[in-house]
Amino acid sequence: MKTDKIKGHLIDFGLGAVTGFINGIFGSGGGMVAVPLLTKKGMEQKQAHRNAVAVLLPVSAISAFLYVYKDIVSPLDALEYLPGGITGAVAGTLIISKISPKLLKGIFGGFMVYAGVRLLLR
Amino acid sequence: MTLKALLAGLFSGLLASMGLGGGSVLVLYLVLFNNYPQLKAGGTNLLFFIPIALISVIIYTVKKQIRYNDIILIISGGVLGCIAGISLSPYFGNGIIKKAFGLFICILGIKEIINTVKLYLKKEQDSDIIFKE
Repeated sequence: MKTDKIKGHLIDFGLGAVTGFINGIFGSGGGMVAVPLLTKKGMEQKQAHRNAVAVLLPVSAISAFLYVYKDIVSPLDALEYLPGGITGAVAGTLIISKISPKLLKGIFGGFMVYAGVRLLLR
Repeated sequence: MTLKALLAGLFSGLLASMGLGGGSVLVLYLVLFNNYPQLKAGGTNLLFFIPIALISVIIYTVKKQIRYNDIILIISGGVLGCIAGISLSPYFGNGIIKKAFGLFICILGIKEIINTVKLYLKKEQDSDIIFKE
């Protein structure tokens, strides 16, 4: 049906906007919206994770530009975290097909609750 | 560069490349341990994410694992959403955005724990499924 297709397009665009809004205002967290959206579109879990990174790359690039433009950060502010970050990223792309993101998410969930409570109490 | 910065980067990169919300690791590290204002921490994380995501996306694209046709509309919406969010951020300020972020990751963390526990409680799905998926 043509109307179903249009509805699907609107949902994609709308939830994409939510992803961008959260990712833009928090500077992270867009994946938490994009991954479930992509799995609803029929992608299996890991495929959704990979495609979420592809969604967040252009969105984050524009967001980062706006942060620099508004003088909240300067372009080289993240430099000291990049050696560790790039090592981790390469390792991540290699091990993603061997381990379950679900298992990792469970472990990470505990960390998130702890950190979230600390932020709320601050 | 300190060992702490190296480790914070390593964990963030590892999780971010898998789309696991690794970004929040660096934001949390910067706010909780380096006393960054929330918006500066978020902005730093966005800068950090770009090269990490670029490497991941190049690798995934070479492996033909990115379905660009399926995500182009989500990206378009995302661009609009991020411009809206960042334009509104001065009206909320660091304090409110920090609390909202804390609440956001708390809820997601609880959700992840529940999902993982559910997965383990399914007796018929043995550990093979968990590790291979």
